[in-house]
Amino acid sequence: MAPVSAPRPRITVVDYGMGNLRSASKALEHVGADVVVSGDGEVVAAADAIVLPGVGAFPEAMRQIEARGLATPIRERVSAGAPLLGICLGMQLLFESSEEHGGAEGLGLLEGRVDALRAKGLKLPHIGWSPVLPGRESALTSTLDPAGEPFYFVHSFVARPAERNLIATSEHGEEFAAIVGDGRVFGTQFHPEKSSTAGLEMLASFVSIATPAEVA
Amino acid sequence: MVLKRLIPCLDVDRGRVVKGTNFVDIRDAGDPVELAVHYDREGADEIVFLDITASHEGRETIVDLARRTAADVFVPFTIGGGIRSVADAQAVLDAGADKVAINSAALARPELIGELAEVFGAQCVVVAIDARAREGEGAGWDVYVQGGRKLVEGADAVEWAAEAAARGAGEILLTSMDRDGTKDGYDLELTRAVSDRVPIPVIASGGVGELSHLAEGILEGGADAVLVASILHYGDSTIAEAKRSMAEAGIPVRTAA
Repeated sequence: MAPVSAPRPRITVVDYGMGNLRSASKALEHVGADVVVSGDGEVVAAADAIVLPGVGAFPEAMRQIEARGLATPIRERVSAGAPLLGICLGMQLLFESSEEHGGAEGLGLLEGRVDALRAKGLKLPHIGWSPVLPGRESALTSTLDPAGEPFYFVHSFVARPAERNLIATSEHGEEFAAIVGDGRVFGTQFHPEKSSTAGLEMLASFVSIATPAEVA
Repeated sequence: MVLKRLIPCLDVDRGRVVKGTNFVDIRDAGDPVELAVHYDREGADEIVFLDITASHEGRETIVDLARRTAADVFVPFTIGGGIRSVADAQAVLDAGADKVAINSAALARPELIGELAEVFGAQCVVVAIDARAREGEGAGWDVYVQGGRKLVEGADAVEWAAEAAARGAGEILLTSMDRDGTKDGYDLELTRAVSDRVPIPVIASGGVGELSHLAEGILEGGADAVLVASILHYGDSTIAEAKRSMAEAGIPVRTAA
């Protein structure tokens, strides 16, 4: 957790009209961030850091993001070096495309695509606490137990990232990407804001990454 | 792999916990949010709040409860009691709840299950069933509503669970009224009958008196999660002890950090 004396980064939680933003906002505040919830492109364009949450279907989410003029400011802030964390559907949106509900293009910030979890007879959606195993080190996962720790998942689709962007995996019928990242762009398939201490520690790591002094 | 869940349940009346508690880190033993925060920190996998407020006015407090819980509790939580429509559910989900539990309202109008699943997704919809073993011939379990006060004529708990699942329920919260408060353990026969019948997770509830009952509910009853109340609330056992007993029985659980 960031020391009290450190500047509080202002994190913009992107509101594109889908899903409950309150839990993510409160969890970020809990670990020391100033949170702005906004669907305004100008606010997103001025963010120290961006959190992209989301519950629902990929194509509708992208339609909402485009309709609100949010895709360009998100891409521009990321190009300028602002950290971004995508959560659940928000993580999937970072990729190039998804096959969900007829398919759609994504934000294209990470290389790869999204398709259905091959659960091999296990229940879908994959709901509940499942162990997440780190594959390599990253700034987001500095607190993650190398032996693996459980996080809370609710999803039926998964990202298929480029190998170099895969940070941690989980398993439900098949091994899948639980945490992805490239530079200062990160995504978690699980909900850190619903994953108790382990999730709050990960959000605190993101807040540390997002301290204003480090943003270009 | 999805871990088996341990879920503390808090009964709430007009915004206050019904069964008082006495934990050292709790200032206000009657505040459901403080108690939920305590259970989150101890390693609870989810929290269920069941609002048993009788008066209509008192029910407005459940939205406030959801808002306050979402600010301080960082595990999924369910709110049940008094939810009769999509609008009722929308209010508590927007306030930060993850799921709603419906009971009497679903029996009165089963279409409600599908309506909620359509709008919010099946994962948000928990159908709670209060069951009691049927007397005499024709073995099985009857269904009760209104906090167990009223028998639903002609309803069978296992059949109703199957219908609820078919209509879009994401989970069944199954309470044995015979066992509730007895400390004799879950009704394993009931739990097994329902979990064998439905393709969705079953949460066993009612009757836990010792920690070994938790593993029984999962291993013998076939439940995916176990609901606990009094053994935690009265401080007889902690979440950590409960998880340890489940782990020692070979059940994969999340152990508290």
